[in-house]
Amino acid sequence: MSSLDGKMVRVLDGVSLRAETGRVTALLGANGAGKTTTLECAQGLQKPSGGSVRLLGQDPWRAGAALRSRVGIMLQEGGLPPAVRPLALLQHVAGMYAAPRDVPGLADRLGLNSFARTPVRRLSGGQKQRLALACALVGNPEVLFLDEPSAGLDPQSRNIVFELINELRAEGLAIVLTTHLLDDAQKLADYVYIIDHGRLVRHGTVPDLTRHAADAVRELHFEAAEHLRLPSARLPHLTITEPTPGRYRVSGPLTPEDLAVLAAWWAEERILPASIALTSRSLEDVFLDISGRNIR
Amino acid sequence: MSAAALPVRVLQHGRYETLAMLRNGEQLVLAIVLPLLALSAIAFTPFFDAFGGPRLETGTPGVIALCVLSTAFTGQGIATGFDRRYGVLRFLSTTPLGRSGLILGKILAVGAVLSLQLAVIGTTAVLLGWQPPPGGILPALAMLIPGIAAFTALGLLIAGTLRPEATLAVTNLVWVLLAAVGGTIIPGDRLPEAIQPVVALLPSAALGDGLRAALASGTFDLSSFALLCGWAAVASVAAVRWFKWS
Repeated sequence: MSSLDGKMVRVLDGVSLRAETGRVTALLGANGAGKTTTLECAQGLQKPSGGSVRLLGQDPWRAGAALRSRVGIMLQEGGLPPAVRPLALLQHVAGMYAAPRDVPGLADRLGLNSFARTPVRRLSGGQKQRLALACALVGNPEVLFLDEPSAGLDPQSRNIVFELINELRAEGLAIVLTTHLLDDAQKLADYVYIIDHGRLVRHGTVPDLTRHAADAVRELHFEAAEHLRLPSARLPHLTITEPTPGRYRVSGPLTPEDLAVLAAWWAEERILPASIALTSRSLEDVFLDISGRNIR
Repeated sequence: MSAAALPVRVLQHGRYETLAMLRNGEQLVLAIVLPLLALSAIAFTPFFDAFGGPRLETGTPGVIALCVLSTAFTGQGIATGFDRRYGVLRFLSTTPLGRSGLILGKILAVGAVLSLQLAVIGTTAVLLGWQPPPGGILPALAMLIPGIAAFTALGLLIAGTLRPEATLAVTNLVWVLLAAVGGTIIPGDRLPEAIQPVVALLPSAALGDGLRAALASGTFDLSSFALLCGWAAVASVAAVRWFKWS
């Protein structure tokens, strides 16, 4: 099992986390939450001022070539030299490993051949991301760190990259990624750590986080005639409101029985709602509850 | 799953950095064109007669010292500064190459490009009639080693502490100053007396004087050698201490 535990002060405080093989572990947080710092401590790019970090059982800050060869890293800014052509760079990085992945195969898989002759500085954001991912993968790593892997990706690139990440997880890699996109975490991650202001605020599997007992709030929305007299007395444990005329929101710990009560009320009042929608909590709701609704 | 052997990694990175330097147009101007211009000016104009003895005999070793400044200090410093800005240093240091492999590769590239410069400058000078004493070759090579080390470390020190734009400005300005009044081409004792005591302590003067002693009279200039070794040691310690990778 590969693991990393970090407890960091100042920028990071009380952040303790762990990534396992065959799993995608996501660090989720707004910009500036401390995701990259956490990752850099785990990668050996920063020396934490306190706490401990273990990467495949070793101290990443003192990592030798043997440890580095087992870890693939995609940095947020890519770290790609601007004047070099993509395949030459990939070939160069491959040369650092005893048994690298097949370069043409990897280039083909990530669609690098379509811009093989273009220097890195003229690549689009998505093309750079795919090249950086190829560079991180070319050494056949056991642990893969991806800092904001979907930044700048167009929908097609995103599909290619997500498919590949799922495949690598199935191959048994420990994958750690950061993202500020909830959709990414929900789609990719087995386990999510939510970081805010350098603190670990919540963690769990995506179902755990969205199904958390205290958070088991569902909402029902329906559209009908304006200014109905609401059956609040019949459903005292729920909140029924009309935020905009004709649109109603029922929120709280909804049960099947509550739906029967609502339906009975509609029948009594001869109401046929124009639409009815039941929503469950998404990771986004959890995240926004924690980080606040303010845009940072 | 496992890393390539250390010499393989370093050699490969050396080759990569060499090609990067040779593909860079500005770098080539600095490494080849400007030293060739300096050599031509010395050989074909009376400009140098006021400062040195026979034009090629005193002038060529200075141009060789200038090549070291161009490649080890200015060229390498600028390239490293921008690599640092773009995160290339960080990325490569996470591969099996590592931080030390990265630096060793850069030193190798400096050596390779400098060999090419020496071949071009040396051949041109010989074609123009330069006849260095055969006994001077070994002392000259001995002088080049601490010279390259000192200027590479100084270049890395600047590249690793300043912004790349500042590195660009500083290393170019220092190149011009050292080339003109740093004892590189014009021997220190021919410069205005007021600046002589300072110039005598510069690594550029030590390299210029050492190479002139070797290639003009075939002797080994121990004090210049010692001064260069001192600069190399101090600059290396400072670079290791203050170099920032990101």
